[in-house]
Amino acid sequence: MKRLISRRALVAAGSAVAASLVTGCEQISDAPSLRWILDFGQFMSLRAQRLLLSGQPLVREYTEAEITPDFPPNGTERPNSMQYFQMMISNFASFRLTIDGMVKKPLSLSLDDLKALPSHTQITQHNCDEGWSAIGQWTGVPLGNLLRTAELLPDARYVVFHCLDELVRTADGSGFYYESLDLFDAMHPQTILAYGMNGRALPVAHGAPLRLRVERQIGYKHAKYVTRVEVVDRLNRFGKGKGGFWEDRGYQWYAGQ
Amino acid sequence: MAVAEQNPDADASRTVPQAPAARKPASTREVMYRHSVAVRVTHWLNLLFLILLLMSGLRIFNYHPALYWGNYGYRGVPSVFSIRAVEDAESGDPIGMTTLAGHIFITTGVLGVSFDDDGMPVAGAFPNWLTLPGGPGLGLARDWHFAMAWLFVLNGAVYLLFGLLSGHFRHDLVPAASELRPRHVLKDIWNHIRLHRPRGEAARRYNVLQKIAYMIVVFVLLPVMVLSGLTMSPAVTAALPFLFDLFGGRQSARTIHFIAANLIVLFVVVHVVMVLVAGVLNTMRSMITGRYAIRPEVGQ
Repeated sequence: MKRLISRRALVAAGSAVAASLVTGCEQISDAPSLRWILDFGQFMSLRAQRLLLSGQPLVREYTEAEITPDFPPNGTERPNSMQYFQMMISNFASFRLTIDGMVKKPLSLSLDDLKALPSHTQITQHNCDEGWSAIGQWTGVPLGNLLRTAELLPDARYVVFHCLDELVRTADGSGFYYESLDLFDAMHPQTILAYGMNGRALPVAHGAPLRLRVERQIGYKHAKYVTRVEVVDRLNRFGKGKGGFWEDRGYQWYAGQ
Repeated sequence: MAVAEQNPDADASRTVPQAPAARKPASTREVMYRHSVAVRVTHWLNLLFLILLLMSGLRIFNYHPALYWGNYGYRGVPSVFSIRAVEDAESGDPIGMTTLAGHIFITTGVLGVSFDDDGMPVAGAFPNWLTLPGGPGLGLARDWHFAMAWLFVLNGAVYLLFGLLSGHFRHDLVPAASELRPRHVLKDIWNHIRLHRPRGEAARRYNVLQKIAYMIVVFVLLPVMVLSGLTMSPAVTAALPFLFDLFGGRQSARTIHFIAANLIVLFVVVHVVMVLVAGVLNTMRSMITGRYAIRPEVGQ
């Protein structure tokens, strides 16, 4: 009989949890006491997908005929600063990409310097976390090549992408877009800093003059208007410490799905 | 008509066979041990995970409430299904508009536009009370969806392993050849139409329509759900690009994911109706304690 009672108690407890989850979703969906369940999901996804991708496979590439018209821009469509405006009207002649942080040889490259480097062109599918997807052609410099040229220091673990666009206007500048990857994705051959789209210069709405393409992750990881790539050993000194603009606002840092 | 033996034990309703194998001939008010612990536990966990998957999935859907066919789809591309909030040209009132294959349905109050507790219209494909979280929060919805997907898959793996190793699938789910004869199937369909409660020997096992329905859900719908969900992951398809070909592109996979989710909801509705028909107390008890009362054959 003892077992039956404990089983009944278990069933009752289970139904209570189920009922409270379902009826009180609004209150409970972001309850700190349930956060561990969501963290478990994030941990499982990262671990499982890293295992699945251990051979560093490439994402499927499409033909030119499959490029979709009117690729929708997302996030900022034109950075709202004087600095950006002046750079834009001079056709980004004054733009410089800085690669610094935990590297032996920091780099500072103009757009022409970048275009003079060996380029990579890929026609890939862009997946927004909202559910839509589009196919575009991207031309740029593999990030791994730049990082190898700059020579990473032994403790380097992440690359942080600093952007020119302020997605939310704030007094303290915490609304500037930024993103980060670890070296597993940063060194992938299809991870590029793109200056060209669909055979032309990258449009302003898509992040001119330079944006990140990280094809095995969801849209918000693909930082636009990238001006600085900082190599670091930890992410906690940027923004709210979660590794990106959207990550600081409750989105997953690893967004492989 | 077959006449079953009368059970000489007057108080048989309190007796429980020691093992599932200890079967008596159809007898009055016999209680059998119908569902194993593994089936009962995975069943209720599955229900919890599926509810949370559905609710968080609907919240994700609300962020782009349109479905497409093929490789791509976004605002401006013709969709096969969409839910929108539009403004009435005359009154300016919000109208919920659902479009399916070119046919427009006004769905104000349910889809596209719903009303909050104060009767104020709220734009959004699925109403807030049906989604997780019950308002804006795509990051949170995705967190819940993927966490529940993992728990669902782990729970499903336990169920599949148990079903295969214990013989549950072989004994209880796979229909016998005799059950698949057209005559038997037709008779079972007729039993369902007239909401007939099974009695005696027939109540000891799942009927053939039930077996087929469970097998479709377990071996077709739920795997399609998982695989079409994985097809939306750019990381998973980097390693398993054939998933695109299996579903006909990422947006087709998303559409199939949505259709399969609807079919699972439809299954649950029918399942609950059947529980009511078969007797809610008896079936609920059997899914909680495992014990199921067999109603005697008619004519006793």
